[in-house]
Amino acid sequence: MNLTAQQQAILDGEKGETLSRVMKTLIMYGEAFGAEKMVPVDSSYGHLVTSFGLSVLKPVYSLMDKLIDAGALSKQQFSVDPQPLDKNVPANLIQNLFFKIMYSKQDFYNEQLKKLGIIDSQSYTCTCYMDEVGNIPNKGETLSWAESSAVVYANSVLGARCNRNSGIIELFGSIAGFVPYFGLLTDEGRKATWIVDVKTSKKPEAQILGSAIGMKVMEEVPFIKGLDAWLGHELDQKAKDYLKDMGAATASNGAVGLFHASGITPEAKEKGEELIASGAKIYIIDDAELERVKSSYPCIWRDKGAKPKLAFIGCPHLSFDQLNDWTEKLVESLSKQNKRSVAIPAVFTAAPKVLERFNATSNAKKLKEAGVTTSSICPLMYMNNPLCGKMPVITNSNKLRTYTSAKYQTDGEILQAIAGEAI
Amino acid sequence: MKTFKGRAIVPGTATAEALVSRGGFNTLASFQKSLMFGDKTAKCSDQNNKELYEKPMAGKALCLPQTIGSTTGGMVLFCAVEMGRQPACLLFSKPIDSLAAAGAILAGVWSENKMPTIDTLGDEFLEAVKEGSKIKVYEDGTVEVD
Repeated sequence: MNLTAQQQAILDGEKGETLSRVMKTLIMYGEAFGAEKMVPVDSSYGHLVTSFGLSVLKPVYSLMDKLIDAGALSKQQFSVDPQPLDKNVPANLIQNLFFKIMYSKQDFYNEQLKKLGIIDSQSYTCTCYMDEVGNIPNKGETLSWAESSAVVYANSVLGARCNRNSGIIELFGSIAGFVPYFGLLTDEGRKATWIVDVKTSKKPEAQILGSAIGMKVMEEVPFIKGLDAWLGHELDQKAKDYLKDMGAATASNGAVGLFHASGITPEAKEKGEELIASGAKIYIIDDAELERVKSSYPCIWRDKGAKPKLAFIGCPHLSFDQLNDWTEKLVESLSKQNKRSVAIPAVFTAAPKVLERFNATSNAKKLKEAGVTTSSICPLMYMNNPLCGKMPVITNSNKLRTYTSAKYQTDGEILQAIAGEAI
Repeated sequence: MKTFKGRAIVPGTATAEALVSRGGFNTLASFQKSLMFGDKTAKCSDQNNKELYEKPMAGKALCLPQTIGSTTGGMVLFCAVEMGRQPACLLFSKPIDSLAAAGAILAGVWSENKMPTIDTLGDEFLEAVKEGSKIKVYEDGTVEVD
């Protein structure tokens, strides 16, 4: 790799052994992908994927200590993925005891994050790009992020440039101020090697469409046609929310770091089919294909017919508009049935600053009266508690389904379930 | 015996029995339970991976096309190595993906424990290797399958 004098000096240890090893890691990482140079990280903020103080992940905290002790701190402030604990989210005494044991390093790790450069205590969310949170990269900026749902959103919807980095690597990029130039940072790497043709008779469920695309194209870049028939051509909040949920499913059910949606996403609007690489493969998605994908999800509940004990809505975290939309639909359904509250305990999750805004609205009161909990917790971290993982939990998140025992249901099915509607 | 030549991402030597995933290997889902609950054999906890689910991964020559899933993957792999629950080596048929590369390289630079990692072994490697095959890995990226 061709290094600048400044980068070479860091590698040679002029700023200490720890920073030299940080640089060595980034160089080896880049060389594995044919990177010939490092480029500056020029976004305003970073974002870290590691938010949890899991007692068993001591190697991570030891590494963080080494960085802090050596003064190898992030050059940019950063937001972080959601916290794993919230006492407002339903859990029994034993489950809570287990949470304390599992996440016994949480306070310690939060302190490490303060030293490393977290923006503030309200910056724990996977949707840092929400207006209320304010970590919104500009088109063309180079990022050093890792959270898979945030990376695919930043690349696709915002037009920023970021590889699907791993946890720790993203922090190293923010510490060094450079990342190796390869993959999704390059024009060539952003070309689509798949054409996905959406030919459904109705608007596809975002989470199933994303799942289908992810499982088919894996880590490659898809150019999605036909979605503009359902989303229009304006990248308004509704379209952004749809692409947020679809993208998270592409990234977790496969390994997608960037998609182009014809007529919708910034690069697809700008360059159109020039973004499609020659020889791109074709994947046609119709109603039958979506049904096939949905029916392939295994249900690993011990009692497959059990009544759900909890519903999680918001992985990735909900936007302000989504919170309002869910609230209004739920209240309407309950009202039609002359019911006051939900039939199944439900948790709606959103970023702290999004919830702060929502809590100032009349819908927040209605949602509370309906018995729904709002939280900024990471549902995945909640479900990692084995005592919670044994519970029959339903979710509209394909990411949560992939990593835990939670059962996926469409938005409509979840609404019916939590409102207690006869199916 | 068949011999394959790949690229050494993290050079090293290893001798182990093969464990094979012909589909994408989800690192977080696969290691999650073993890291959390002290399973030193690192039984695979990825319910979606029918070839590996509940099989011990520690000390095996893990043969796979590439890894998929959450971008905590590299960190999880690094932790598995630091905690001594890592596969004996990682053998990729395809070019390595960014998450696996991060985990292998983090371990290579920051850990005393070793996990040689070879990529671009070719589709024919995954076709030839079977679960239980004896694998020998050399510094230069050569892999022998018995």
